[in-house]
Amino acid sequence: MNASAAPTIQVRGLTKRFGAVHAVRGIDFAVSAGEIFGLVGPDGAGKTTTMRMLAGVLRPDAGTLTIDGVDVARDPERAKLHLSYMPQRFGLYEDLTVGENVFFYAELFAVPRRERIARSAELLHAAGLEGFERRLAGQLSGGMKQKLGLVCALIHTPRVLLLDEPTTGVDPVSRRDFWAILYKLRESGVSIVMATAYMDEAERCSRLALFHAGEVRHCDTPARLKASMPGALLAVLAAQPRAAHRAIAASPGVLGALLMGDRVHVRVDDAARRTPQLEAALRTAGVADARIEPTPPGIEDVFVALLGASPA
Amino acid sequence: MSPRRLFAMVYKEALQILRDPRSLAIALVMPLMQMGLLGYGVSLDIKHVPICVYDQENSQLTRAIVSRFDAADWFSTVRTLHDQAGVRRAIDAGECIAAVVIPVDFSRTLAATGGATIQAVFDATDVNTSNIAQGYLQGVIAEVNAGIEARWFAAHGGQPSGIGQIDLQPGTWFNETLDSRNFIIPGVVAVILALIGAQLTSLTISREWERGTMEQLISTPVTALEVMLGKLIPYFAVGMIDAAVCLALAVFWFDVPFRGNLLTLFVATALFSLVVLGIGYLISVRIRSQLAASQIALLVTLLPTTLLSGYTFPIDQMPRVIQAITLVVYPRYYVTILRGIFLKASTLLDLWQPLLGMIVFAILIVWLASRAFHKRLD
Repeated sequence: MNASAAPTIQVRGLTKRFGAVHAVRGIDFAVSAGEIFGLVGPDGAGKTTTMRMLAGVLRPDAGTLTIDGVDVARDPERAKLHLSYMPQRFGLYEDLTVGENVFFYAELFAVPRRERIARSAELLHAAGLEGFERRLAGQLSGGMKQKLGLVCALIHTPRVLLLDEPTTGVDPVSRRDFWAILYKLRESGVSIVMATAYMDEAERCSRLALFHAGEVRHCDTPARLKASMPGALLAVLAAQPRAAHRAIAASPGVLGALLMGDRVHVRVDDAARRTPQLEAALRTAGVADARIEPTPPGIEDVFVALLGASPA
Repeated sequence: MSPRRLFAMVYKEALQILRDPRSLAIALVMPLMQMGLLGYGVSLDIKHVPICVYDQENSQLTRAIVSRFDAADWFSTVRTLHDQAGVRRAIDAGECIAAVVIPVDFSRTLAATGGATIQAVFDATDVNTSNIAQGYLQGVIAEVNAGIEARWFAAHGGQPSGIGQIDLQPGTWFNETLDSRNFIIPGVVAVILALIGAQLTSLTISREWERGTMEQLISTPVTALEVMLGKLIPYFAVGMIDAAVCLALAVFWFDVPFRGNLLTLFVATALFSLVVLGIGYLISVRIRSQLAASQIALLVTLLPTTLLSGYTFPIDQMPRVIQAITLVVYPRYYVTILRGIFLKASTLLDLWQPLLGMIVFAILIVWLASRAFHKRLD
């Protein structure tokens, strides 16, 4: 990745309104070749609208949007030659077989016959869909459908790949296949933009844009975002995490307390000073088995800390 | 436009048609069903019209007249009535369409003056049937008259004058057997084609929206024109197959005479298919729900085709305002052409007016359709 090269995707002041709803409010970001750029935020934050504008299927109201130097708003058809878009909802033909879907998308992008055969074999193998060529797409499992979507999206070797929550409802094995393909693409210099609701996936992205109410509030690498989080993070492990959460949420020095499965993530202004106070508060509340230890923040912690809202 | 992308669209659409039982049923079974229903069910001929007879005189002559009614295939005598109130009751009860009353002094008047009157009362709630029945009745009376006239002259010693003996021979051209089926069936083909054509394409675009395949499709370089043609071409083939099936049924099953030439028929049918498919496509682009699109397609094709195309109701019998409206009712041109080809052996040249009308429509619809679809979500 060459930092001095012009970014593949350049977004400036991008805005979209639907009637009274201001879905995207003047966002800026840039994505370089070989980056996996993650869009993170709750539903309704503007991720899908942004994706659709990037894909050239929705016209922005204001702002500029270029992909490989092509103005997507002005000349969407030229931009579409080199991008691939996987909508949030499965967009392939369920009454066509796996092989027919791949063939159809290869033909729409005028992939030469030989290249199509070689590339579809390679992609189907990577996606674990070998031997399913004659199966109707509608009869595939959720994970297989999404992988087929990826195969169809990649059959013409795009320079930009746009994925809107591609692994939602996908089993862990399929997700692993999916990510293996994405990493390979990144190595070959494809720019990937991906909206995701999974925080573990967000961690794997090169950079993240944190969406909130139609704005990109923060945009950086996962590591730098975590470093920018104010305060220190403690994990409270208890048999009854809900009781622990209630006991400490209002303690002095607590900036935020987030229930995460079997534990509570507590962000405090000063870990050394507040740990004994928290232990005391837990004992008073009768949560006897609680254990407090420092923990590195995840993207969810960062999101909540920076934006005061949950990312999904 | 890229031939390769167009072929891909056509291929994909054809596969979907073949795998969708619903569109296959619409495409293949519906025309057969409708041809049977409309071919057998719709007939403007009436046979065995129920009539009642009140013969006040009841003489040899009047009985002979009544037996003439009986003998005619058009009527079936339901009942012989015996008073005027009975006439009223029979009509009110709907037992008969017409009641014939022969006055008590019929023979006497006839003998004295050479002319007499038979009264016929019609139930005109069904205007059409009563009109036709009236025509039939007059036909029978005319026959009777001819006989009476001849006998009257014989009885009074004079010779039947040549002037009085007008030989009434109604001239009927093109549909010599006066079988309304020959007139109806070519129109049925138009109705079926309009119905099915628009139904099929009305679902194509809305289906892509409903199933969520449109968003991905419009993110590819495929053009709006390729999408339109890719959807119209396979359905055009289906429409032409349907037309061939219906026309073959008309000729070989319903024995409608076919006198024109096949090329003219092909050109007209192709133009008509294009128009109805284009209309279905336009609806599909505008209406994103499959159900709504199919309902609207039914409305804009079936109503004008059955009511205003001249298929059942002759256009020149309509009020002038409605006649003017039929000029923009596209099926009227096709119905005119079909009848011309079937019954009159009209050539392309004879039919230049309706053909021009269809060409104008085809160009207009395809032009509108090509501009209707945009590769955008908003």
